[in-house]
Amino acid sequence: MTQTAARDDAAAGPRASAERQGEVRLSLSGVDAFYGQIQALRGVSLEVRQGEIVTLLGSNGAGKSTTLKTISGLVRARQGDVCLAGESIARLPAHQIARRGVVHVPEGRRVLRGLTVKENLELGAFTVKDGALRRQRLEEVYALFPILHERRHQDGSLLSGGQQQMLAMGRALMHGPSVMLLDEPSMGLAPKLVTEIMRIIKRLNEAGTTILLVEQNARLALRLAHYAYVIENGEIRMQGDAAAMREDAAVVKAYLGLGD
Amino acid sequence: MANPTPEAPQERPRGNPAQRLYAAFDSPGRRRALHLVLLAILIVTPWLSSQYVTVILTNALLYVVLCLGLNVVVGYAGLLDLGYAAFFAVGAYTIGILTQQFGFNFWAAIPFALLAAALAGVIIGGPTLRLRSDYLAIVTLGFGEIVRFTARNLEITGGASGLSHIPEPSLFGWYIDSSIDFYYVFAVLAVLAYIASQRLFDSRLGRAWLYVRHDEDAAEAMGINRVAVKLAAYVIGAIFGAVGGIFFSVNLGAISPESFSFQQSVLILMAVVLGGMGKIPGVILGAFIVVLGPELLREFDTLRLLIFAVLLLLIMLFRPSGIWPEKRS
Repeated sequence: MTQTAARDDAAAGPRASAERQGEVRLSLSGVDAFYGQIQALRGVSLEVRQGEIVTLLGSNGAGKSTTLKTISGLVRARQGDVCLAGESIARLPAHQIARRGVVHVPEGRRVLRGLTVKENLELGAFTVKDGALRRQRLEEVYALFPILHERRHQDGSLLSGGQQQMLAMGRALMHGPSVMLLDEPSMGLAPKLVTEIMRIIKRLNEAGTTILLVEQNARLALRLAHYAYVIENGEIRMQGDAAAMREDAAVVKAYLGLGD
Repeated sequence: MANPTPEAPQERPRGNPAQRLYAAFDSPGRRRALHLVLLAILIVTPWLSSQYVTVILTNALLYVVLCLGLNVVVGYAGLLDLGYAAFFAVGAYTIGILTQQFGFNFWAAIPFALLAAALAGVIIGGPTLRLRSDYLAIVTLGFGEIVRFTARNLEITGGASGLSHIPEPSLFGWYIDSSIDFYYVFAVLAVLAYIASQRLFDSRLGRAWLYVRHDEDAAEAMGINRVAVKLAAYVIGAIFGAVGGIFFSVNLGAISPESFSFQQSVLILMAVVLGGMGKIPGVILGAFIVVLGPELLREFDTLRLLIFAVLLLLIMLFRPSGIWPEKRS
């Protein structure tokens, strides 16, 4: 049974609305995924609507990253379907999913060693054939992350953790994504940088990017997101309005281990 | 913080001698001047040297073509290939068979030889693209040997003794037959291979190879079709190899399976690694070293290959990423 955290709308704050707005941008329905013999996802269903930040919470090994990989095509769904704007993408190769505007920023950032910051960013715009648009995007990314402009001729792998996260996000933005899949962007970052990254995620969302955010830091993610899912052992255990879920101390304590 | 402009002028590289060397040839004008000087040397050399030297240099130029071809596969796309001589063989044998046994005109046979090599590139590339580098090395090694054994055992390829009396090509009634003629043929091919390599490096495909080589998953996540991109590397590499083989067969007039042994593949790979994978001038230098090295050491007689091997080991110990310096520190 799926528990719903949304309770009294009035009590839960301005964003708390049990009815989600917007068209369904991305949906998983009954997805099973395996690594060899080991089942990583069991009948995962979730929805991300246009303009939302949806967060997927859970502990280590719960299946958060696998869910993102199943969407971006790095892992195949053995059962169930993955749809982008109502069209199935479950059988498409990863590069074609990317070309449809779904960009995955993987855990650990995956900055390309031996390439400069600028070259790393240019990878993101590889499919953008219009040179003027590429330059415009580069300018936008530099405006969003001035440090990347400062370091543009340095080897990307020599940046600090926070800067590498910015580079990974900047690379994704060069692609001009309509949906961004962010895997633990706050991992290993100093609190000040975490706040900075979260602020940027919010800004990107306000500029029209739909975001699916995987986080271990549930408190932070719930503050940012509109809607949340909790995954445990490869199954979605609960879902609900993020603001309401944040208020529900019992739920937070039981599922997220954040009680204090 | 100052408002960042995306394309501020590139800072002059300073620092170590290699970077200063790159900086010295940074302007297009100077690079063109350097190209013209090298081209002049290439043209004048056979007139100033003995026939022996001309023949050796012709061989070096053949290796330049082969090494630049393998460099596309190994240096650009990052795919290890231990059977590159197979493509060289496909080009040479296709020409040999078509001209000698089917009476084709040499020039008319060339497209078929290129097509055969491209097909061989797809055959070796297709099934191996999902393999990681060490497995890929084994499969390509096997492919090289399969091609050689096939050539040795078929009647049409002349078996172990190979094909002889491959007719020399003519161009507008003028026969290409002297060693100087062939020197110039290979000089033209080497220059074309150089230009093609440079163009490929700067192309969109070249960028795709760069990204796939660094991180396949990240490249794919940004919309690069890794299978197509790697297959393109094999096919293009195969075509370079075939071009070498085509002219090799008519230069010698005879080919045998032993010209395309595993050792041949290793020698080409060695030149690429020695010079510096992915770096065009380095690869050309590597080609010259593996051909000229043993010749220059000839006075040491039986010890020459030993000395050559020790020199190569020393180079790789002190410059593990090749002789040619990196552009960046």
